[in-house]
Amino acid sequence: MIRMLIPLAVFLALVGLLIAGLQTAENRKLVQSPLIGKPLPGFSLPGLHDPDTMTGRDDLIGEPFILNVWGSWCWACRAEHPFIERLGREAPIELIGFNWKDERSDALRWLEQFGDAWDRHLVDYEGKVAIDLGVYGAPETFLVDHEGVIRHKHIGPVDANVFQDLMRRAMALNSEAGS
Amino acid sequence: MSAELGQIFLILALVLAALLSVLPLVGAQRGNEALMKLAPSLAIGQFVFLAGAFAALAIAFLQHDFTITYVAMHSNLLLPWYYRVTAVWGSHEGSLLLWMLLLGGWTLAVAAFSRSVPRAFTARVLAVMGMISAGFLLFILFTSNPFERILPGPIDGRDLNPLLQDVGMIFHPPLLYMGYVGFAVAFAFAIAGLIGGKVERDWVRWSRPWTLAAWAFLTFGIALGSWWAYYELGWGGWWFWDPVENASFIPWLIGTALIHSQAVTEKRGAFPAWTVLLSIAAFSMSLLGTFLVRSGVLTSVHAFANDPERGLFILAFMGVVTGGALVLYALRAPRIMTGEGFDWVSRESALLLNNVFFTVSAAMVLLGTLYPLIIDFMGWGQISVGPPYFGAMFILLMTPVVLLLPLGPFTRWKRDEFTRILKPLVATAVVSVIAALLVCAWLGTWSLRAVSGWVGGIWLVAGAVTYAVRTSRASRSGLARHQWGMVLAHAGAGVFLIGAAMVEAHTFERDVRIAPGETIEAAGYRFTLHEVALVKGPNWRADEARFSIYRGEREVARMNPQKRFYHRGGQTMTQVALKPGVFRDLYIAMGEELGDSGAWSVRLHVKPFVRWIWGGAVLIGLGGLLAASDRRYRQRQRATQPGGARAEATA
Repeated sequence: MIRMLIPLAVFLALVGLLIAGLQTAENRKLVQSPLIGKPLPGFSLPGLHDPDTMTGRDDLIGEPFILNVWGSWCWACRAEHPFIERLGREAPIELIGFNWKDERSDALRWLEQFGDAWDRHLVDYEGKVAIDLGVYGAPETFLVDHEGVIRHKHIGPVDANVFQDLMRRAMALNSEAGS
Repeated sequence: MSAELGQIFLILALVLAALLSVLPLVGAQRGNEALMKLAPSLAIGQFVFLAGAFAALAIAFLQHDFTITYVAMHSNLLLPWYYRVTAVWGSHEGSLLLWMLLLGGWTLAVAAFSRSVPRAFTARVLAVMGMISAGFLLFILFTSNPFERILPGPIDGRDLNPLLQDVGMIFHPPLLYMGYVGFAVAFAFAIAGLIGGKVERDWVRWSRPWTLAAWAFLTFGIALGSWWAYYELGWGGWWFWDPVENASFIPWLIGTALIHSQAVTEKRGAFPAWTVLLSIAAFSMSLLGTFLVRSGVLTSVHAFANDPERGLFILAFMGVVTGGALVLYALRAPRIMTGEGFDWVSRESALLLNNVFFTVSAAMVLLGTLYPLIIDFMGWGQISVGPPYFGAMFILLMTPVVLLLPLGPFTRWKRDEFTRILKPLVATAVVSVIAALLVCAWLGTWSLRAVSGWVGGIWLVAGAVTYAVRTSRASRSGLARHQWGMVLAHAGAGVFLIGAAMVEAHTFERDVRIAPGETIEAAGYRFTLHEVALVKGPNWRADEARFSIYRGEREVARMNPQKRFYHRGGQTMTQVALKPGVFRDLYIAMGEELGDSGAWSVRLHVKPFVRWIWGGAVLIGLGGLLAASDRRYRQRQRATQPGGARAEATA
């Protein structure tokens, strides 16, 4: 009899895991990030097209910007790319790519094929800055205001609804910076 | 109007499904013929209403009824009519409706083609299918209603995701769902058998054609999805170990184990527990796949609009279906018959090994897919498991399968000797290795992957052919259909292996800068770009490059890749140009225009033998269908086969 219950036990463990996964899926939506309202952590990262130029936190502060975490290995980034392109064209503020845990050659090839809509890219090859940023998984999109404070974060691919929301928030940040 | 009608149809289908899940079951338990006889009529009624609901949604799409949220979100005035029809299953709500329609269709088919099966048994099977229907209809009506209205409706809708505006997408989900849902039949047979109290060889035999057909459809569906990803995603890869791909691959692996396990249980009465558990697992994994795709637990390019509430519903449903089935199994399993014993060297052992390898592979893929969740759950941070894990594990697990597979059909039930099994295959093995080496020499390839792929592939094909020749010589009537099915499927595995190994070993790809009038040489071909022109489609415009490809002096192809811009939604898409061939595919994808010089960055691929991947998969699927069509499975009495030789050689 005990032996007959093994499949059930395995299945229940699986269900337990999935319920836990569902919880975190909800958390991903509800609890945005403890970093919201906090200043951007300090960092110094190389560029993608220009690996010798280092960009630090202080170089970015002054104007609001969108920070989009992506990688050529990330399928969902491929899915959101049309909307990222639109953000690059239509958003009133800078769009900065945060190339995460990616090989430089792969990233450049990806951009060549699918289009480079970002104003510039920072490269976090080891993923250490991403930990400071609280990156959950690619893709993620942050909004940072002109004082360097993280104001909003979207986890997961950008779709039509999220795009509208990001545009609205970006415009608000822009006018805030201008006033 | 049609939305309200569709809604009513869905509710009526739910009522019939609820009746179907109770009345015939009560009838079967009490021996009430009248209640059992209700089952087929209820199955017909349910299907009619589901078809009505599906038609209502399709009509809403065709008529541009943007007051229906689902239509407004996934269609617009510029979308051509055929994509408006396929947009019905382009997203979560509608694809569930398609799923339901197919489940209704399978239920109807079981009701129609089970005349040789005892009525009480059919009644139980249909009742279990009714329960599954009822669960899914509740899911649709409460969390995912495709007929919800928005008033006032918008003047024009959003666009269907351009990734989905494609012929591959028209057939991929229906085929995949045919497979997923088809496993519900095998599940229902197993549950009906458990309720009946015994694992009888008869019901295993009756469920075999259904399982084979479901498995064949799943094979086609996965192959089509792979082909679609290959040309539509602009990368030229054919398998990505994406969570959603895995979600369809896990049931396939379990299904592969199941169809073999059923053979043993039917022929020898052995492995009843394996067969029952695999039947439960195949459908449970289909449900799990649905859960993973729609719950937002894992991110993926295929992901539907995610909603944890929906996830919770599917999970609860899965808990009831699978949990209930496993409780029933625990209660009834001690009474399950055990078959006759068998030796270490026997057909039973060979198929047991097959069960183990495929089940472990499925568990491995499941583990890899859920690994990010486990890590997250344990608080170890975030890690994603990439293709290297899957690829390495898979090669490791499938190598023994490939080596041993041709021996299986030659092995006798109960007891055999290695020397006897190997005898007919020694020549085949030698010929396979020599042939493989010759092919590699001719192709000029000596990479480990390519050589082992050719050796393994030719070994599988030659093994299947040897079996066909020997068996048809030994019996006057030739091979039975299910044997032909097996030969075809096993040979298909060989063809697939060759394709996969060659693509992985010898894909050529290069990014180049090219301007109109220029020529570039790559992998023995010359690519000449004539011009880049502006072209217009129904809802997009595009830059189109016009290429001619030469081999020596001969023009082998003209290819026109596009960079498309969709008016609504403003999305850009790369439309690759593909020149398929039996021995190689040429593939051009456009990148970006480089400045104002008129030059473009362009990606060139030459992929050897890539068609063999899908060709092999199609052969495997056709083998499954051929076997499913064997009349033997529909006979009521176990055919007694005097002489025994024929029966011994079949599985």
